[in-house]
Amino acid sequence: MDAIGQFFAMGGYAAYVWPAFAIVLVVMALMWFTGIHGWRKSEQTLAALRSNRRQREGDAE
Amino acid sequence: MSMHYFANPTRFNRLAGRIQPWAGGLAAILLVVGLYMALFEVPADYQQGDTVRIMFVHVPSAWMAMFCYSFLAVASAVALIWKHPLADLAAKASAPIGAGFTFLALVTGSIWGKPMWGTWWVWDARLTSVLILFFLYLGYMALWQSIEDGQKAAKAAAVLALVGAVNVPIIKFSVDWWNTLHQPASVMRMDGPAIHPSMLWPLLIMALAFQVYFVALLLARMRMELNLRRIRALRLAERSS
Amino acid sequence: MTRKQRRLYIVGGFMLIFASAAALVLMAFEENIVFFYSPSELAQKSEQQPIPPGRRLRIGGLVEEGSVQRDADGVTITFRVTDTVEVLPVRFRGLLPDLFREGQGIVAEGTLAMNGTFVATEVLAKHDETYMPKEVAEALKKAGQWQGDDE
Repeated sequence: MDAIGQFFAMGGYAAYVWPAFAIVLVVMALMWFTGIHGWRKSEQTLAALRSNRRQREGDAE
Repeated sequence: MSMHYFANPTRFNRLAGRIQPWAGGLAAILLVVGLYMALFEVPADYQQGDTVRIMFVHVPSAWMAMFCYSFLAVASAVALIWKHPLADLAAKASAPIGAGFTFLALVTGSIWGKPMWGTWWVWDARLTSVLILFFLYLGYMALWQSIEDGQKAAKAAAVLALVGAVNVPIIKFSVDWWNTLHQPASVMRMDGPAIHPSMLWPLLIMALAFQVYFVALLLARMRMELNLRRIRALRLAERSS
Repeated sequence: MTRKQRRLYIVGGFMLIFASAAALVLMAFEENIVFFYSPSELAQKSEQQPIPPGRRLRIGGLVEEGSVQRDADGVTITFRVTDTVEVLPVRFRGLLPDLFREGQGIVAEGTLAMNGTFVATEVLAKHDETYMPKEVAEALKKAGQWQGDDE
């Protein structure tokens, strides 16, 4: 128990070390998910537009 | 293989789709290993105690901040000179990632500076030039947003990127050219690294993790930009028909 | 000359001119970019033109071994800052950073008093680029291989 407490205390610098790691992980996760989400959404939009177009071309024939 | 081999967007899309999951997975593994080492295995520094652990996220962020801008500037030059159709997309896709890393470098540096230097911020040459880098990224992204015509936007943004590239060597050498509060380089210096191997290896693993993360995210963002370009073209065609 | 070559030369030339302009501007503003003066630079500056008392500036160097003294009030501290050539006495009242100790690099902001003492309003620690575990530092000291700044 003492070892764990010591680890989290970070030699008295816990108030600096943990927020630094936390913000890096949060920002990297946010960048990752917005990037992947944006790409997925663009794939869906593109697919929808293409199927629309194919349909209309089919109707025209 | 010529530079224009991957100019074919379909070919690029296929290749990127294959690399992306591997790069993402590798980045996650490296990040877990690096974080474990930085938090559990690395010994406290003789001067800075446990705050030295902040280095393992601060330094890779700062390296990526500069790497992303170098990448952005080279891609912009390729776009301007050789008109490579993917270069504009690569430059545009890398900007938000670089801005994110620059933000992280500034914030973690500030958090590290308070207990060690005794201040959150000073206007020395290193800190100021990195803040300018952050504004360059923001300006670059704003320029893309503000110009309607895609080709004109690409050209204006590329010129801004090249102008701002002057800042990269200034950041790198600021600590050598002028008196600064920030210490000189520890790893990339003439006499070899001034970091003990027990700290250097975890740092290099973290740096590699950030680099691979960048590759995976860049590919996803480039594919998104490619899709958005096609969507715009399709909508334009629909409207005119 | 192909169009690609022409664009290459235009972009290259533009970059060259812009980089040179930036270098000139930075050299012209060197005085403002430098964050602090070392005791030697300060001595050189005041030789050329005496520094008016009350003008705010920053000095930096190493805290000289054995020079740190606390006043009777317990909050005022005096020490000497050295760059191994010139020495500057500093007086400071306030909170010191954790890294402050004899042999440590510091940067102080304040004014130069009439008697040549630097009256600091803020003292910051400046560490070097060396990182190593405590045990390694102690082993190096024992072996007499120490080249750090707190010898």
